[in-house]
Amino acid sequence: MLKRLDEFKIGETGLIKKVEGEGRLRRRLLDMGVTPNAKVYLRKKAPFGDPIEITIRGYELTLRNTEAQLIILEVEDEAK
Amino acid sequence: MKRFALAGNPNSGKTTLFNSLTGSTAHVGNWPGVTVEKKDGVYKKLNEKVSIIDLPGIYSLSPYTSEEVVARNYIIDENPDCVINIVDATNLERNLYLTTQLLEINVPMVIALNMIDVLNKEGTTIDIKALEDKLGVSVIAVSALRDDNLDELMQKAYEASKNPREGRTIIKNEEILHLIGDITRAFKGSKVNNPLFHAIKLIENDDLEIRNHENLVDMVTEFKKTFHDEIFGDDFEAIIADARYQYITEHFHSVKKVSKEKEEEQQNVKMNRSDKIDKVLTHKVFGLLLFAAILFTIFHLTFAEDILFIGKSGIFENVKPSFAGTAWEGLFWHKGGINSPGVMLFNAFDMTFGWFTGLVEGWMSGAPAWVSSFICEGVLAGLFAILGFLPQILVLFLFFAILEDTGYMARVAFIFDRMFRNFGLSGRAFIPMIMGFGCSVPAMVNTRTLADDRERTATIRVIPFFSCGAKLPILVAIGGGIAEAFKFKYVDIITYSMYAIGIIIAIICVLLMRHTSQKGVAAPFIMELPEYRLPQFRSLMVLLWDKAKHFVKKAFTVILASTIVIWFLTNFGWNWRMVEEIDQSILASLGQLIRPLFTPLGFGSQLTTIGWVFAVAAITGLIAKENVIATFITLGAIAVAALNKDPEFIAALEADENGIEASAAMIQATGISWQGCISFIAFNMLTIPCFAACATAKAELPKGQFKWTLLFWIAVSYIGCTVIYAILNLFPSNMGGAAYKAGQLAWAIPVSCAIIAIAVLTPFCIKWFNLIREKRTHKGA
Repeated sequence: MLKRLDEFKIGETGLIKKVEGEGRLRRRLLDMGVTPNAKVYLRKKAPFGDPIEITIRGYELTLRNTEAQLIILEVEDEAK
Repeated sequence: MKRFALAGNPNSGKTTLFNSLTGSTAHVGNWPGVTVEKKDGVYKKLNEKVSIIDLPGIYSLSPYTSEEVVARNYIIDENPDCVINIVDATNLERNLYLTTQLLEINVPMVIALNMIDVLNKEGTTIDIKALEDKLGVSVIAVSALRDDNLDELMQKAYEASKNPREGRTIIKNEEILHLIGDITRAFKGSKVNNPLFHAIKLIENDDLEIRNHENLVDMVTEFKKTFHDEIFGDDFEAIIADARYQYITEHFHSVKKVSKEKEEEQQNVKMNRSDKIDKVLTHKVFGLLLFAAILFTIFHLTFAEDILFIGKSGIFENVKPSFAGTAWEGLFWHKGGINSPGVMLFNAFDMTFGWFTGLVEGWMSGAPAWVSSFICEGVLAGLFAILGFLPQILVLFLFFAILEDTGYMARVAFIFDRMFRNFGLSGRAFIPMIMGFGCSVPAMVNTRTLADDRERTATIRVIPFFSCGAKLPILVAIGGGIAEAFKFKYVDIITYSMYAIGIIIAIICVLLMRHTSQKGVAAPFIMELPEYRLPQFRSLMVLLWDKAKHFVKKAFTVILASTIVIWFLTNFGWNWRMVEEIDQSILASLGQLIRPLFTPLGFGSQLTTIGWVFAVAAITGLIAKENVIATFITLGAIAVAALNKDPEFIAALEADENGIEASAAMIQATGISWQGCISFIAFNMLTIPCFAACATAKAELPKGQFKWTLLFWIAVSYIGCTVIYAILNLFPSNMGGAAYKAGQLAWAIPVSCAIIAIAVLTPFCIKWFNLIREKRTHKGA
């Protein structure tokens, strides 16, 4: 199932399929390792529900929902 | 002298390495992006001295952030003799991403594999030999924190610097390699340095490259038409970023040997120590409560004069103050309770300065009056007023540095980002603003962690509106004066509402700036959350020493000069002779001259003849805000003369320590209304801050912004206080007759209407302003 990162729940894991956006913002995401086929684990959300923290490529990255919205992932089956 | 440049990811220990190598005192924090400019220092342990350049921490060599451009331009244009790429071993994948880009530049390079000790402790090992073979450059495992292997690192770097290194790329896709080859040859033909690096950046649609090599853009576009990738289409930026990460994943997983336990831990739901701490510290309820508690504790430990809350109980009433009868009376405790560490330090400095000034006054007794006044009241008093803050500034700095070092500040930004985005700021702006309640100086320095220059300018400008510790005496004295002169019971309400006014005006100004001159939405908040770690004693001390040094340097230059000017104006008349009383001084006549300007604010021409004291007090407040009330106390004698008060009153005035009596006398003697008093307090809170804060603002703001910032402060205090005064005048004054009250309303109603009209029209004006600006830039382009 395809889902955007801002729709993820805490504890969900997914595989990045596409990174949208443009210019500086997108480049920054790519540079930080947010590229297709990278595995993402939604670690936590801030008290006001935004920004969120994910684990990607072995480290913790914080981003806002507006940026998370640009990232489309294939949700990984929790049973696995 | 050979030059070695340090390059690496933010928070990878680069600045710690720099400090260890050069013994320098650059600022280190557990916060991505602490180094903004490049710094240099000297390493002396090799055969010849080597200059070390600390470049800003970067994730990539893209052209989008100023840090990246600084680092990139340095390595490409300044041709350092060697690049030392510092790689955080605990985060190999992302750190090597930058390495793959650096490898493409024709420059000798070595890799310092940092924090390997942390990794080993977890049971993970890295095969350094294999890493070296794959990267083709020397890799040295170091610990920047413990100075492990640093000499070996420098030796290897020195050897590497003797031979040039040809850039090479890790990109394996043959079609892309073919294109890279073509462009590289074209660059080589036109004698461009680093052809490989430029070629790859050009393919990535890098703005800087496209501008510099327009002639080759067609060739790249031509090729791109023939290329198609299944996943990415023709998005070369993503293709190349992905190629780098793919290469890293493929080749470097084998280099790392993870222990079984660690592996299991990673497989299970990932709960390491940082996560456990975060469960509480970023919790919806506890997180916010804990933050408030931490802040309260910090301010309490720095500023409280009754740390154990025992003053009210009266236990200490009969206790002798510490060092009773000496110049250091009340250093540790006094009748009102025990001091906080911050206040003890402040007292130690302040009382020693007082004692020293007394000594000097004694020595000077034979000298001409102007000499002793110049030394004691001009130079020493001015310097000590500023240096007296130093201990509290440093204590406050230390606490916030500990929070930063442990990684907590990054969490605070994380928690408050959502709220601050409404004002066009990111969560990071929260910390400097809160620090502003203590002192503007460390607060302004702390804005360095803000990524965006405009966001930073806007934040620095509003920091003084968060009323600092030195402005509190103004509130206490004049608030108390109002209570006494107008029989008003609720002094607390005045104090709280003044703080609230400051915050509200700060929010309004930030909103206005972020929509006009400092336009921009909150910068993207794509940030690494560092793991919690224990603060490092050495880096904390280095930070404090650095701050103290800068502050003292400023105190002896800019601040000293300014205090001398004010001293001169206060003590000399137009005949260039020393005056007996301040009311004959140049300053008093200047006060007299500019006094009409303050009429709309409520403390100008409407007052009695000695009404100029308000203008003068505000000016002396520029040295240090404590001076506002100090001036009132000095001028108390004039007020008494004007009032013809009885001896009892004079006695009360003389016993007056916190300026409440002096303020009350001043209020009665000048005939100022309570509205005018509040406007005066607000004016001192909003106008140009003290010299120390101004000097800091000048150093921290982008070039050319300081003069506009001064103008901004003047404008905000002037307009803000006019508004406050007019609105308050809608409420009746408890003085003057019917005619006065009618006049009051005749002023207040039209001004209030105008304010409402402006408030409604502002959004339209901003739109219009931006439209014009856009048109102008279009024409320019």
